[in-house]
Amino acid sequence: MIQPEPIVGRYLTVSVDGRDYRLYFEEAGRGCPLVCLHTAGAHSGQFRHLMCDEAVTDRFRVIAFDMPWHGKSVPPAGWQDEEYRLTGRFYVDIIMTFIEALELERPVVMGCSMGGRVVIRLARVCGDRLGGVIGLEGTDTPEPWYDSSWTEHPQFDTGAFCSALVSGLCAPHSPDEFRWETLWHYHQGAGGVFRGDMHFFRTADSEFAGDSGAIDTAACPVWLMTGEYDYSCTPEATLRTAVRIPGAETVIMERLGHFPMSENPEQFRGYLLPVLERLLEGRGTQ
Amino acid sequence: MNDVAHALTGLGSRVGSRPGLVHAGRRASLTFLLEIGERPFLVELDRGRVAAVEEGPFVMRSWSFALRASVAAWQKFACRYPEPGFHDIFAMNRFGHCRIEGNIDVLLAHLGYIKAVLSCLRDDAS
Repeated sequence: MIQPEPIVGRYLTVSVDGRDYRLYFEEAGRGCPLVCLHTAGAHSGQFRHLMCDEAVTDRFRVIAFDMPWHGKSVPPAGWQDEEYRLTGRFYVDIIMTFIEALELERPVVMGCSMGGRVVIRLARVCGDRLGGVIGLEGTDTPEPWYDSSWTEHPQFDTGAFCSALVSGLCAPHSPDEFRWETLWHYHQGAGGVFRGDMHFFRTADSEFAGDSGAIDTAACPVWLMTGEYDYSCTPEATLRTAVRIPGAETVIMERLGHFPMSENPEQFRGYLLPVLERLLEGRGTQ
Repeated sequence: MNDVAHALTGLGSRVGSRPGLVHAGRRASLTFLLEIGERPFLVELDRGRVAAVEEGPFVMRSWSFALRASVAAWQKFACRYPEPGFHDIFAMNRFGHCRIEGNIDVLLAHLGYIKAVLSCLRDDAS
């Protein structure tokens, strides 16, 4: 018999603002909860390598859920009559509701791209309930690199276009197999979902620079890890964000782009494992 | 070091030898301008194949969109492992290494295919 991977997938339904959301989540490992947030237009499959890495799962319960409209998480009833537009408030609420539903105690939350943006907000408003945040390709302010009119181009609602748009964000060193799997996640996205995520990611709705300096990093450590090939969330923007957050720590990752966990997992783990170690050490002293 | 102007002359055979790429571009019939320093080139695409690559000068010839960068910038782009900022046309545009002009809608309509055609200029492309 071929040994299956240790990843287990389940569903649960949570309620936010009186609406029910049936969420799909995957998990593996045991220990400190590590909640992982996928990028815009993608899904939790981005973290599959992490969930199969015993150096992580020996000490962390790695959990990743698909945001509503993404992956296997369906939109709420009535979706057909509305335009999907992610807001910062809903994003924070659905993450914290998910954490409470699973009764996770002071989880570390690690998000990438738009997930790397929202963890900064989480640290600000819910830091006392978290064990730390890791922003992968994360900054506290939007810096659009293409014109907003593009989101109204007919192609923008197709998976092939979203894949092509983000394709250059991968580092050239990333193995073809994993780069194209990362892009496949974008091929899979439903029409309008990536655009809906951009409502959060490209607008003032995710402008957190004004008060990110008020984050208490002693209570909720903040790590910002960015690939050198990422021109969406650039290393320079990450460093500027870190300057605004007293106590935030920064790692600029060589030979990685915007999707470190999925485009080149082997390269990424070399940077992530020491950070996880530090977070565990801090957890023991808090 | 990659001579991008020279690589352009072989672009037709490089694209044509990749059936998957030709298939991906089967709806792409257009002409774009690729400027290498002071040297303008028109790349004519026809249903996924490179029909012609022509070097200027041109006198008010039309094209859909233009990609303009210095010789050095295109050389960096064409490396097997470009340095950060030169690894993608949008990265080059963001950091001021190239200008993307003209009818952007046409570029967006065939974005994945156009990027793949440009990747055929790289050292490792065959």
